[in-house]
Amino acid sequence: MMFGYELSFLWAGLIAFAVLTYVVLDGFDLGIGILFPFYPNEKHRDVMMNSVAPVWDGNETWLVLGGGGLMAVFPLAYAVVMPALYMPIILMLLALVFRGVSFEFRWKTTRWRGVWDIAFFGGSLIAALSQGIALGALVQGIEVENRAYAGGWWDWLTPFSLMTGVAVATGYALLGATWIIMKTEGTVADRMRRHALQLGAATLVFIGIVSLWTPFQDRVYFERWFTGATWYWSVIVPVLMAAAAFVLWRGIAYRHDVTPFLASLSIFVLSFVGIGVSFYPMIVPPSLTIVEAAAPESSLRFALVGALILIPIILIYTAYSYWVFRGKIDPDEGYH
Amino acid sequence: MLAGYTAETLARLQFAFTVSFHIVFPAFSIGLASYLAVLNGLWLWTRDRVYLTLFDFWKAIFAIAFGMGVVSGIVMSYQFGTNWSVFSDRTGPVLGPLMAYEVLTAFFLEAGFLGIMLFGRKRVGDGLHMMATGMVAVGTLVSATWILSVNSWMHTPQGFGMNDVGQFIPLDWWAIIFNPSFPYRLTHMVLAAYLTTAFVVGAVGAWHLLRTPGRRSALVMFSMAMWMATLVTPLQILAGDMHGLNTLEHQPAKVMAMEGHFESHPDGAPLILFGLVNEDEKRIDYSIEIPKLSSLILKHHLDAPLDGLDTIPDDEEPPVSIVFYTFRVMVALGFAMLGIGLWSLWARWRGGLGEATWLQRAAVVMGPAGFIAVLAGWITTEVGRQPWTVYGLMRTSESLSPIDAPAVASSLVAFIIVYFFVFGAGIYYILRLMDKGPGQAKVEGPTRTAGTTPAQQVQDERPEMQQ
Repeated sequence: MMFGYELSFLWAGLIAFAVLTYVVLDGFDLGIGILFPFYPNEKHRDVMMNSVAPVWDGNETWLVLGGGGLMAVFPLAYAVVMPALYMPIILMLLALVFRGVSFEFRWKTTRWRGVWDIAFFGGSLIAALSQGIALGALVQGIEVENRAYAGGWWDWLTPFSLMTGVAVATGYALLGATWIIMKTEGTVADRMRRHALQLGAATLVFIGIVSLWTPFQDRVYFERWFTGATWYWSVIVPVLMAAAAFVLWRGIAYRHDVTPFLASLSIFVLSFVGIGVSFYPMIVPPSLTIVEAAAPESSLRFALVGALILIPIILIYTAYSYWVFRGKIDPDEGYH
Repeated sequence: MLAGYTAETLARLQFAFTVSFHIVFPAFSIGLASYLAVLNGLWLWTRDRVYLTLFDFWKAIFAIAFGMGVVSGIVMSYQFGTNWSVFSDRTGPVLGPLMAYEVLTAFFLEAGFLGIMLFGRKRVGDGLHMMATGMVAVGTLVSATWILSVNSWMHTPQGFGMNDVGQFIPLDWWAIIFNPSFPYRLTHMVLAAYLTTAFVVGAVGAWHLLRTPGRRSALVMFSMAMWMATLVTPLQILAGDMHGLNTLEHQPAKVMAMEGHFESHPDGAPLILFGLVNEDEKRIDYSIEIPKLSSLILKHHLDAPLDGLDTIPDDEEPPVSIVFYTFRVMVALGFAMLGIGLWSLWARWRGGLGEATWLQRAAVVMGPAGFIAVLAGWITTEVGRQPWTVYGLMRTSESLSPIDAPAVASSLVAFIIVYFFVFGAGIYYILRLMDKGPGQAKVEGPTRTAGTTPAQQVQDERPEMQQ
């Protein structure tokens, strides 16, 4: 029999899984939007958008699970983080509106296609920047008093959070570029290989800066990484990161289809692990722990039954849906 | 423009605005998903191409409406936290898991199979494609079930305790999910979604029949829609009546506002058909009323006493005029729908729907009736439960985030501009597809599809460029 204590850690893991799944899945389709201005050819844009058309709303559902799940099992964290990140969250929501509808609207008009292309690019970029800024603001820490956010409306805006914003947008563009390498052939894929190399380098530089900057945001982070019993993470994570970077470079250089995408995914997973190492056992640094923020045991237990049964089923049919649309996009194939 | 409003008023305006825009899309896509499943089933069963033509036509419209529903829905799931964080903290333990179940059982199901439904028929074959179409329809209904359970619990809370930091603690999940108003609200809303879709489909069918009399695809969808109007409207009126009686039991103040009963009526309350609400003087001016009918409807007895708002403390009264007027709009539209349904029966008997041009004209006018009725009904029930978010237990004023009015005001303005621009464009594209009608070559072509070649796209859009 599990008690609330263990349940809350299990749930922290599940929420982290949902957020990570969101980041890597919506990451590549947001990334494709970010890359739009570099591919002005209509045909290329059609192919890029079509490569994610059947899956984008499934990808975005993980964001809803992250939000709804957080309210269900860590209501206090949800109630503190959302007001603290008010502006980046609202910006992200509005940006997602623009890019979400452009999947449909762009095909419905000629005169306004340019408008929806801009909406797709702008929405994707602003959503990515907002998510990165939100992440940076969370890492910096959120002031909590009496179960409520106690800071100001512009606290989220700092050089650090702006930098994490650009870092996440760059990383998403890398995911998008390697996804396109996997899903297309010909001119688009060739240009994407070049872009993926540049984006890969830029992403790694950003990861390096964030990794060196983060420990100075909070004494706890510093001790976590450089002193005490957990120092070994400081070896494992960077070594694996270097390996992922090598696989990425090699995959692009040797014109592999799939490995660049998988290597980019690994870079995201490792970065996420790094953040988890910094945060634990906090859910909202610097003062709100996983246990403090957790909902009562009856909520955790009831929701867990559903999550443990349904998430595997969801993963199975989501994988099936990806499998149905597997392989290279044929620009001339009709689905109807 | 918004200076001088409190953060609470602005946050309420924002919620009202975003949820009103949002509900329009699910109200339509719940019904349309079921209609698509029926059309696809009929095509596989009869192999009559008209059903495939209609499926492809409505599928393109569904894709746009569903996309707008998804993006406006994501906003809702985060707005609880941004603007109503105290509500989220206190009710999260009860309501959060229900919403998590909605995501896990419904949203993923819809999103996972939508791609296959829209683009996958050739890739997976007819059988699996039919299954995917069915899954999308089931997903929309499951989603409605969970979110209406959440909403109903806020109206009729039960099955909970309180902890020492003021959170609602779930004690009995069965009691929470199947709270007293849930079955009525769910039935009323799902039927409303079906009727909304039926009147849209009926209007599009009628529009094309008026333009091209005898066009078969138009006649088939018009007839299907009119059967829905005939059969479902009486059920809906019955469900609405039962929901009203349930509301009288649990939220009498709301019913007093709906009825416009400022005063108690110890020996039979009149049914006020219409009038002007005078909130200052607490009376209905120029009212047209039928004596004792309200008591007959609500208590099933002409002389039954009915309490009025004079029995409710002033600080627990809902705003009467909004509730009074929107309720009448909903009921009037309900009876207009009933009229259309009966008229269509008569027209069938008199020689067929294809000949009934006045019925067709009326059906075109009634096309948006479902949306207006849904919005009016939701405004009635949500304004009618004020000043509470959790009825009788937690006030709206206690639910707010610790936010500054300017922050809410600027996000409200941003939502208004973006929603009118984006969803305005989407509704325009839907109307244009509807105007083109089923079976027009390429109607389904340009649907975000991986398939259509750019040459076809250009060809398809040529008429527009000539405008």
